[in-house]
Amino acid sequence: MNGEDLARITDEEHRIKKSQPHQVHVCVAAACLSAHSEGLKEAFVKEIKRKGMEHECKVKGVGCLGLCAHAPLVSVESEGVLYRNVTAQDVPRIVEGLGKEPAKDLQEPLNAPFFSRQYKVVLDNCGRVDPERIEDYVSLGGYSALLKALNEMRPTEVIEQVTRSGLRGRGGAGYPTGLKWSTVSKALGARKFVVCNADEGDPGAFMDRTILASDPHKVLEGMTIAAYAVGASEGYIYVRAEYPLAVKRLKTAIHQAERLGILGKNILGTEFNFSIEIRLGAGAFVCGEETALLASIEGRRGTPRPRPPYPAESGLWNMPTLINNVETYAHVPRIIKEGGDWYAKLGTEKSKGTKMFALAGRVTNTGLIEVPMGMTLREIIFDIGGIPEGHQFKAVQTGGPSGGCVPEQHLDTPVDYESLAKLGSIMGSGGMIVMDETSCMVDVAKYFMDFCKSESCGKCIPCRVGTAHMHDILTKITNGDATMNDLSTLEELCDVVRNTSLCGLGQTAPNSILSTLRYFRDEYLAHIQHRRCPAGVCKMQEESA
Amino acid sequence: MMAPAQERKQIAPPTDDKRWKIVQATMRRHGHAPNSLIETLHTVQETFGFLEKRSLEYVSLALRVPLSRVYGVATFYHFFTLKPPGEHVCVICMGTACYIRGAQSVLQDIEQTAGTRAGETSPNGRVSLLTARCLGSCGLAPNAVFDGEVVGKLTPAEAHKRVEGWMKK
Repeated sequence: MNGEDLARITDEEHRIKKSQPHQVHVCVAAACLSAHSEGLKEAFVKEIKRKGMEHECKVKGVGCLGLCAHAPLVSVESEGVLYRNVTAQDVPRIVEGLGKEPAKDLQEPLNAPFFSRQYKVVLDNCGRVDPERIEDYVSLGGYSALLKALNEMRPTEVIEQVTRSGLRGRGGAGYPTGLKWSTVSKALGARKFVVCNADEGDPGAFMDRTILASDPHKVLEGMTIAAYAVGASEGYIYVRAEYPLAVKRLKTAIHQAERLGILGKNILGTEFNFSIEIRLGAGAFVCGEETALLASIEGRRGTPRPRPPYPAESGLWNMPTLINNVETYAHVPRIIKEGGDWYAKLGTEKSKGTKMFALAGRVTNTGLIEVPMGMTLREIIFDIGGIPEGHQFKAVQTGGPSGGCVPEQHLDTPVDYESLAKLGSIMGSGGMIVMDETSCMVDVAKYFMDFCKSESCGKCIPCRVGTAHMHDILTKITNGDATMNDLSTLEELCDVVRNTSLCGLGQTAPNSILSTLRYFRDEYLAHIQHRRCPAGVCKMQEESA
Repeated sequence: MMAPAQERKQIAPPTDDKRWKIVQATMRRHGHAPNSLIETLHTVQETFGFLEKRSLEYVSLALRVPLSRVYGVATFYHFFTLKPPGEHVCVICMGTACYIRGAQSVLQDIEQTAGTRAGETSPNGRVSLLTARCLGSCGLAPNAVFDGEVVGKLTPAEAHKRVEGWMKK
């Protein structure tokens, strides 16, 4: 397989596509699948066969179309129409309308802010590419970035472009990607590894799983370019076992890439070798921390270790190891294709490019979005998401258990790494949970502390004991049994756990308490002093104090 | 992948159950390397439904990993279970989006219906009730998995109906 072969596949795919003017795309990503989109796809195939339209109509399962709230979604690409909440009964009408009049009542307006305000770099293929066919990915320009990197660029030039792009780690911490790559490329080791962190453990986040299930080849391409840049020949994708669909599609993608000579030995006819293996996570949130993740790949319990040495110098089996998150790798092909300077034009001064968010909770348009950095939280939540009528926005939780809650008065903050940190939250991997007046902020803090308590690996004491103790106090508060002394103990504990824990899990665990105390202290006080839950969530026990 | 291809005594599986061949295939694919422990345990659980003591002992011998470490790994990760599952399995998602949208009340209802607590199996062995950190279908919260089928926009009534049906059968 070389460049000419890729071009041949593209031509062939384009020829077939041209011969079929009607392209019906049925979303087969997780949310739509749970709304029975697989059966819907069958229904389309049957109906088209019944009408004898097989030669002009192509039914294709595609990755996420974004608006999960209205699953299942069907898009007719050739006509630029998106149908929502489609049932098997609607199929004959939609097929009938192909090339004529689309079924108006089922249509989702594509000029709505949910679509028009987005800018897609990572998700550009989503909803267009069949995640289970490498040929389809190639026909949309897939693997041309890898071809360009291998044939026209030296490894240092690849790193140069990534550095110029200003891309920062999308896993949450925001470490400059170019700098990390350059450290690994300079590190000395008999072998080097490239690892993809797909252990998306944050509850309420589904960006990584969606990329993997919707466009797995993009991640493989990004990883392979990274391996070429840093001089690695072996790679691992550490993915949650709880995401069977993503694992299945990833496995298929790796097989296909190996078959075409895009992974393995002499990639695309060059001297470069690189292979990728999948490692299944087993449900430990702490494994998202890089040293814990490496321990897990090595078959051990996933407990972190102190850094330095950083994995870039001493990682998997003590060899230099590059670890990036799924979304970070997925940005790479476009950066190589269009250049680092092109990418750097998107976003803000310090946070370049686009970011994906999983919008969920009390919003109308739940789903997956990708927007340029620097868009304000208000635009994302009110324009793209939309608050259901009759409800009052209260706070948005970003960054999962490590993040915090941002209230209404700070919604005009632009979304970037620094601004969110200033508000006491974090960018995190991109989960965004919207809460309204029905949520009690103390209860939310308790929910996250319960999470951190059970996910603490137990290695260091501040995290193991501190999170349990903080959870106890929060339970006391929500039961109406706490005193003001308990509140000051809680604040003290936050400080200790934050400053003395070994890894990110413990260091950020108090964030949920600190941010709710900062913006919703009155709710804590109402629980403690008046034994009253303003949101009516917590059930106070009768005079138990 | 890094194991030396040295000669070793063939370790026999604990029973003559054919399914052990699947487990052996996984270990062979990784050259019986100690670092394939988690991969192997995944295969055992996928094949037998849970990790029994004799499975752990066998994996320990075959991969030459101390039993204490095998046990440590098996109990460290939430995904692994050392108890046999019930006839039916219900997993309630307790991710943030589901929690905000009322997963707690769904869970409480099912706990009552099945007469068991989260993480355990009903006394008659019919229903195992589990919770998940996040299923990643947050757009359709609250979610649950009933015997492998993901159900979104779940109401307590719908959940109640399904679990009650399992309990009766």
